[in-house]
Amino acid sequence: MTGIPTRPIADAAPAPAAPPSAGFRALAGRLRLPSQPLVRHLLFFVLGAVFFYVVTVNVGAYNDYQIGEIAVYAVVLGGLSILTGLNGQFSLGHGAFMIIGAYTLALLQLHTHVGIVGELVLAAVVAAGAGAVLGIPAARLSAPYLAGVTLMLALGLPQLSAQYGSVFGGEQGLTTTPPVAPGSLSAERWLAWIQLFCALVVLVLLANLVRSRFGRAFRAVRDDEIAAAVSGIHVARTKVLAFAVSAGCAGLGGALLVLSTGVVNVGEFPLSLSIGLLAAMVLGGAGSLVGVWWGAVALVYMSTWSTSLSQHLSLGTSAAAYLSDAFFGVVLIVAMLAAPTGIQGGLRWIGRRLWRAVAGPSPRPPTDGRTGAVATAPVALTPGGPAVAPGNGPSPSPDPTADPARATTRLDLETKERSRP
Amino acid sequence: MGLFVDILLSGVAQGMVFAAVALGLVLISRATGTINFAQGAMGMFTTFIAFSLLTHGVGYWPAFVAALAMGFVLGAVVERTLVRPLRGKPALNPVIVTIGLLIVLEGVAGSIWGNVARGFPAAFSQRGLVIGTTRVAFSHFDVFIVCAVAALVVAIVALFRWTDLGLRMRAAAFSPEVSQLLGVRVGRLFTLGWALACAAGSLAGLLVAPLSSFSPYYMDLNLVYGFTAAVLGGLLSPVGALVGGLVTGLAIAFVGGYVGPDLQPIAALALLLVVLMVRPQGLFGTTEVRRV
Repeated sequence: MTGIPTRPIADAAPAPAAPPSAGFRALAGRLRLPSQPLVRHLLFFVLGAVFFYVVTVNVGAYNDYQIGEIAVYAVVLGGLSILTGLNGQFSLGHGAFMIIGAYTLALLQLHTHVGIVGELVLAAVVAAGAGAVLGIPAARLSAPYLAGVTLMLALGLPQLSAQYGSVFGGEQGLTTTPPVAPGSLSAERWLAWIQLFCALVVLVLLANLVRSRFGRAFRAVRDDEIAAAVSGIHVARTKVLAFAVSAGCAGLGGALLVLSTGVVNVGEFPLSLSIGLLAAMVLGGAGSLVGVWWGAVALVYMSTWSTSLSQHLSLGTSAAAYLSDAFFGVVLIVAMLAAPTGIQGGLRWIGRRLWRAVAGPSPRPPTDGRTGAVATAPVALTPGGPAVAPGNGPSPSPDPTADPARATTRLDLETKERSRP
Repeated sequence: MGLFVDILLSGVAQGMVFAAVALGLVLISRATGTINFAQGAMGMFTTFIAFSLLTHGVGYWPAFVAALAMGFVLGAVVERTLVRPLRGKPALNPVIVTIGLLIVLEGVAGSIWGNVARGFPAAFSQRGLVIGTTRVAFSHFDVFIVCAVAALVVAIVALFRWTDLGLRMRAAAFSPEVSQLLGVRVGRLFTLGWALACAAGSLAGLLVAPLSSFSPYYMDLNLVYGFTAAVLGGLLSPVGALVGGLVTGLAIAFVGGYVGPDLQPIAALALLLVVLMVRPQGLFGTTEVRRV
């Protein structure tokens, strides 16, 4: 046995490194998130609910209103993020689907008595139906064409309310009634709770969708349509489904938004909103359901920030609107050129670096909530996936690239996101 | 009958403007294989520069030429700084960058010149011509529009077909690597393609400004119709852009005249979807546009 002198060294190597990191690693092992996706997502749901409860009961009515608005945009951005980040499709027309949901809610409130739950569900369903109808031709289009078609939808659909003013109320639009708050609760807080509840439910559903058979099909179609079709995935149906889900989220978001504004008119959904949604999604990180919150915060507070900035620079009040539009444009350009993974991608990168610095290379990937995906990752469809045999299982390996868990997690989402928004 | 003729004539004038926008999209699509969603906004921006020159006492034609030159420079700068770094990336990335550029330009124009609808002067009279005893909806300025865009199309076709430069541009678009090996300065030609395209966009902006309410957003719908025209024409041929522009212009004019102007964008969307479903390569495209 002369050929393998490295073997004893490799065996010996972890020993001196073990004492500082072993305890930490054991602790991290105990802190690991549940591996069942549903359980893990419900845990996030509970944590999110507690967090937002604490925040909302400690702020005033206006902040409640803004937090509700953040939740609304989180719903819309969640759908958009799934569409672009997971399925590789693209929409400049999500403002139009928000309009569809908003008008559905207003018309239901005007003509029927189905209750708030029914109204919201129907708003989402109608918008999803519209998304499916647009998704059928869209499934055949490549990204630039899809961008053009959805841009036309965002510009063209609002004009229908002027054309059919008797139904949609024309310029003034329609009014909506927010649900009545129980007891002594303020109307804003109750509405914010409803909006936050919907956002958390939608995000949990989306997170489960991502981890399901459909989510894997979405990713397979994004990565290579031909390979996906060869593997038995119905490509067109998958793309239409993704578009419908995404449009349904936008419709629900639109319906939730007009509950707090009290009025629906197309002036609330200009083209710049659709582009702002795209920018916020890219800013948060395409495909990341945690990142949607960063994007939603930017969407809600950007107008406030740009107003104060334009006052600070004494630019006059009209410049504020242009500043926030231009900001989102700059975000799109800079993100594409420099940081396609957005804020969440950056945070995850920092987290990984910190984790490696503190704990050293570990067989367990950092607990960022995606680790449970390792077992269910679509290894059969993604290139390079099954290359690493699970060989020596949980023993610590000094080389992070030889770590099967980390290799599959990375190719699951992040390597693709680096090149594709 | 009078209404029909008027709609037909205004559709031709509109269609020529859409053709100018579509021509810019086609040039860029040929050069770098992407769709420039900032095409309209760049034309808007240079037209506002011409507007500033006009308010400072510069004559119409010097301002006109200055705007075209600005468009040329702007296109080249955008290609070098924003589009070049994204070569080899997925097709979505340059699309998103041009959308970002669209709203940056609109935001900058809005904060400089304000979002108020103004009037932009026309080079010639906008009163309808009198043919026989009736006045038709076709003015001297409309004649100028048709002639200017037709001249542009002829110039571009001539450039591609009969000049050495055009041959190199076609070669660079057809196969960048092989052209580069044969000594063609591919990157420079892509820059030139963008520059020419944005000059065409500037021309469209200057031509359509007197016909619409002149605000930072006046090119949005023209971009959408120009996109329809370019896709109808197959996205690769300048003549296809011209024909696509005329088809789109006439369709828009008839929908506006007989159904209602508010339905025009949706009608264009329907037209585009029907064409894309039936002939994904466009009405006049000869090559497969969609790539696997």
